Amino acid sequence: MLRLLWLVPALPLAGFLILMILGRSLPKRWAGVIGAGSVGLSALVTFAVAGSYVGATALPDGIFVQRLWTWWTVAGLHPEIAFRLDALSLVMILVVTGVGFLIHLYSTEFMADDEGYARFFAYMNLFVASMLVLLLASNLVLLLLGWEGVGLCSYLLIGFWYQDPDNGHAARKAFVVTRVGDVALTIGLFFLFHHLGTLDVHELMTRASAQWTVGSGLATTAALLLLGGAVGKSAQLPLQTWLPDAMAGPTPVSALIHAATMVTAGVYLIARTHVLFALSPTAMHVVAIVGTLTLLMAGIAALGQRDIKRVLAYSTISQIGYMFLALGVGAWSAAIFHFMTHAFFKALLFLGAGAIIHSLHHEHDIYKMGGLRKQLPTTFWTFVAASGALAGFPLVTAGFYSKDMILGSAFSSPMGGVWLWLGGLVGAFLTGLYIFRVVFVAFYGEPERELERTPGGLIRGPLIVLGILSIVGGFIEMPGTLGGVHILTGLLHRTLPALPEHAATGTEAWLEVAASLASLAGIGLAWVLFYGRREAVERWVARPAGATLRRFAHSGLGFDWLYDTLLVRPYVWLARINRRDVVDHVVRFIGDVCLALNPALAATQNGRVRWYAAGVVFGAVLLVGLVVF
Amino acid sequence: MTATVPVSYALFLAILLFGIGTVGLLSRRNVIFMLLSIEVMLNAAGLAFVSAGARWAQPDGQVMFFFILAMAAAEVAVGLALVLRLYHQRETLDADAADELKG
Repeated sequence: MLRLLWLVPALPLAGFLILMILGRSLPKRWAGVIGAGSVGLSALVTFAVAGSYVGATALPDGIFVQRLWTWWTVAGLHPEIAFRLDALSLVMILVVTGVGFLIHLYSTEFMADDEGYARFFAYMNLFVASMLVLLLASNLVLLLLGWEGVGLCSYLLIGFWYQDPDNGHAARKAFVVTRVGDVALTIGLFFLFHHLGTLDVHELMTRASAQWTVGSGLATTAALLLLGGAVGKSAQLPLQTWLPDAMAGPTPVSALIHAATMVTAGVYLIARTHVLFALSPTAMHVVAIVGTLTLLMAGIAALGQRDIKRVLAYSTISQIGYMFLALGVGAWSAAIFHFMTHAFFKALLFLGAGAIIHSLHHEHDIYKMGGLRKQLPTTFWTFVAASGALAGFPLVTAGFYSKDMILGSAFSSPMGGVWLWLGGLVGAFLTGLYIFRVVFVAFYGEPERELERTPGGLIRGPLIVLGILSIVGGFIEMPGTLGGVHILTGLLHRTLPALPEHAATGTEAWLEVAASLASLAGIGLAWVLFYGRREAVERWVARPAGATLRRFAHSGLGFDWLYDTLLVRPYVWLARINRRDVVDHVVRFIGDVCLALNPALAATQNGRVRWYAAGVVFGAVLLVGLVVF
Repeated sequence: MTATVPVSYALFLAILLFGIGTVGLLSRRNVIFMLLSIEVMLNAAGLAFVSAGARWAQPDGQVMFFFILAMAAAEVAVGLALVLRLYHQRETLDADAADELKG
């Protein structure tokens, strides 16, 4: 069955091609069937492949490589179109195809009234195909192809409703900001090829650990360049500003691309090249610190948002911050575990938000929702399940186990520390607070308005499936104190090294209690502030200090303003003064000289034979004169 | 050897004739006279060839003169035909009147 691996990205790609070529002439029903079906088939193949991979114990290093053909051969670089299956990429493709299929299913109903139905599914299929290429690539060149492919699809889908110029602006912003990171990544690839002479991941890691010592400057430079790309794609500090604006796209897009899959590509990249990062303690520290700062900053920013999708966007930034924190302390498996549970509950949160928006005339403001608990029971219960998972509600949610694993590693890992752990703990508190703010404001209280329609089965089905996954998804990996299930790490440790040592059982239990208390405190405070005493909050926000603070949080801690002042405005100013292209004047000078000389020379061509004869005589005299004298 | 005219005299005459032809070509506006001036210049060149051939006792000078003679005959044939066309079209022999090709 492993030989079917190539079908996994090929099926969505085929779906994209069919929809792109025949899209306009296909009836909507068929476009939906092809769009969702191709990803569904891909998911089935992935499950089959996963079954045989888990069963196959004889694979060398737990890696299966399927070579299709050599892409090109230039100057010693011959990247292959080859797919590499190991535990890491297997978990990733399982989530991408599985969650991706559910989101496609949901989209068939969500986008049913849209003009660009076939176009939507074409882009979505291309996205899934690119993402799978990114994940399965056995060399960094192919990975870059997928990396840019998902960036392109992100751009296309954010600007999907292109008639509104704001959407186009958001799409361009997302593209340009991630491009800043991509430049670093590309330089990183050149750097690696220059020093190690290969871009095949396996070969690269072997050579890196053979040629570079721990802490060498070269390893640090390479790791930091790769980190630059990861930071751009995963919307971490300082390149996080594009993700909240990316919510301009349709909600399924936000769920698939800007929550569950694409934005975690940075996490995947670092986990993929973990050998390189392990060689550079400096780069690891940078990763951990970036993650911690991002999760705190985004948690605060999420508190100031009124738009439900923007809350979720900041929440995504914050949760990816947790994954970076885990990567930075060397807890690779914890990061991937959190990626998986996050994909379940964050996709669900977005799909739930989409169901609300769909039912309420495209209303995004949580303060104009209210009382939806009775009106949309399925959405309510699944949304609460996902919120609980996001906040890390103890024992019964998936998010608790993954977040707990990260916090535990941050505390006990040799590369971690109390400060990182404390940052993560405060982040957990903020998470509970901001997400249950949404729950209490949007679902409780008096209904504000009538529903336009209620979601149908194709919307509720994926919600319920993801709701169940958000609860039980964490039970595949439980700490020693709570039964000690290690299914996921058991699988991942075929590829990713485990943390060298674990904390003592007593410390571990103590850490779990602290994490549970932080999350419960956040939820409790949200209940007090946004369920019980909302007027008190309103009064406080009305005061000048409160208003300033809210504006500050609402603007995402002023990063947009900062970049606007530091980069965009000076650039626009330069462009304006250079409107007539200073450099171009040098080139244009030659043309100007020619134009000025033209009338004088044209006057000599007066058509008179005698004048020309005089010219000939003059020339002859001149020549003879030159020769003789 | 009989008494000979020094070659410098002949060349001086050739230069003189060539100058007269040139001045005639540049100063006359009548096409016929311009053609005549060209004939004078051609013959000046021919004279120079012949005298040079005599000076070094080589036949080349005279051979070249025959070439010039033949070329001049051909040129006059074409030239006069053009003059006729010019006169038919413009009712004038003024060379400056035909200046359509000015830049």
